[in-house]
Parts: sequence; structure tokens; C-alpha cells
Amino acid sequence: MTAFTAEVVVTLRPVINDPQGLSVRAGLRRLGFDGVASARVGKFIELAVEAADEDAARADVARMCERLLCNTVIEDWRIESLHALEAAT
Amino acid sequence: MRFGIAVFPGTWSERDCAHAVSVDGHDARMLWHRDTDLAGADCIILPGGFSYGDHLRCGAIARFSPLMDAVAEFAAGGGLVWGICNGFQILCEAHLLPGALLRNASLEFRCEPSWLRVETTASPFTGGCRRGDVLEIPVSHGEGRFVADPGTLLELEAADRVALRYVAPDGGPVGEATPNGSMRDIAGILGEGRNVLGMMPHPERACEALLGSADGMALIRSVAASLAHEGAFA
Repeated sequence: MTAFTAEVVVTLRPVINDPQGLSVRAGLRRLGFDGVASARVGKFIELAVEAADEDAARADVARMCERLLCNTVIEDWRIESLHALEAAT
Repeated sequence: MRFGIAVFPGTWSERDCAHAVSVDGHDARMLWHRDTDLAGADCIILPGGFSYGDHLRCGAIARFSPLMDAVAEFAAGGGLVWGICNGFQILCEAHLLPGALLRNASLEFRCEPSWLRVETTASPFTGGCRRGDVLEIPVSHGEGRFVADPGTLLELEAADRVALRYVAPDGGPVGEATPNGSMRDIAGILGEGRNVLGMMPHPERACEALLGSADGMALIRSVAASLAHEGAFA
């Protein structure tokens, strides 16, 4: 088994209204960042997982996203990065 | 009648629900989230609160508790399941009801009276009401904005599965006074079999005149009448 670290990003689907994002955008504009066209707020989840190899780790994380980490009715997920931890020396 | 009331770590309305059903003379049994025995209950209430701290998403963790497996099985067999507030969120996460409940459009936690128009009487929960009745029942939530894709919304309307809708006190459109910005002002929906109801407002907080409204009892009495009727023909 190899230890992997995976970074998952969960975002509201583009069609879902995000009042939190709108509020962030309003705050940024109030600070003078007039160029902010939009802001969307999502979740970042860092996982430490053990798996036989990278493909298995990726498949595991995908199942975690589908079953719990993401509500696919309203959210999309993506694995931002996944890599094996270097063995301690 | 016996109501089984689910208790997850973080549930906060179970005693209120037990009191409300006792007002109409019914028995209430608490059902711990690790149990799978429904204690012979005729109707299961998933009460309000913050199950498992509402971590990740409201209802997301509660959905996987042993009790919820038993509740899903009970619902599949036609048993009455009534999700209130956090219970509605759990039912959506468990896919016993369609759609999802998101952060209120105002971003505020709203604890205030709300007015609900009964949209259908073809359910065990609203059978004792009249279509168009306006019930005053309070909301108390931060994440109650009902969202579903356009196809699901059409299906809910076409199948007469929108049970309750937020309205103004006179029964007119709620407009900007919406407590949460729900699509189509939906406050409560029925499952496909009409034996599962999810609603954001708290009928148990409107069970006695002393509380400002006793309108929530209309729903509890409907459930009891429906169960009694069913029993009479069993």
C-alpha cells in the first residue's frame, strides 16, 4: 500500500444561485476591486488515503466524492491533485 | 398512535415534537441514531436540529446512520416518514425526496413566523386540511432554500407533490418576504408514494395557542386520522 494525498474541490453547479458568492463579490467591490465580475464559494477537502496504486487511489476518491463529499444534485467535484507521499527518509 | 422520533447527535427538536404529538394524545418514542428498531411506530418524525453538527452539508452524515437504513426501509414499505427542518434536509440527502436545501438567499438564519398555503389534501399529512388553508407555522433555519432542477420542479407540480408553499398572511404570494428564497416558494414536498413529507417550518412549535399558533396541530391530526382510517380497514 502507498500513501497518497488528494485534494478535492467541491463547487456549486453553475446554475445554482450562490448568495454567499454574491456577498463576497459585493465585499470585494466595496474594497475597490471593481474588476470582480463574479465570486463563487466552494469547498476544499484534503485527504490522506492509502491505496495499492495511483489508479486505485483515484477511484477511491471518486467514490468518496459521489457518496458523501459532494451532493451531485447541487454540486460538482473534481480531484485537483493526487500524488504519492514521498517515503520518509 | 405512536410516533417514533429520530434522535441524532445534535438533534434539538425531539422533545418539542414529543410534546406536540402528546397534545393530541399520542405516544412518542425516541429512536437513537444507532438503533435500527423503530419501536413499532406508526409514523417516524425526523426532527429539526443540527445532526452530526451539520458538518460537510446539512443532513449529509445523518443519512448514513443505521437508523436511516431502517427509516428508508419503513418508507419503502409505505410507512409514514415526516422530516421537519433538518429532517427535510436529511430526506433530500438520502434521496427519499428530490432536490436539496441550500443557504438562505438572505444568508441569515431566520427564526420567525411563516405562513403556509396547503397545496394538496391528497396526503396523510394534509388530509384533514382544506386546499388553500393558510397555516401559521414558524421557520427556524439558515439553510432552507429549496432547489431542484427544472424537470424535477415540473414533475413535483404535475404530480401534486408540493404540499406546502410559503405565502403572505392573506394567502397571496410571499414575494420578497420569502424566509429563504426557495424555488416556487416551496416549503414542503411529498415523496412519490405520498407517504414521505419534508417541510422546513416547525409544526411542533405551533401546537398550542400559548405559542402564538396552534396551526401545526392540523398536520398532526391529519396524520392521526389517516392512520386511524388505515387501521379501520386493515
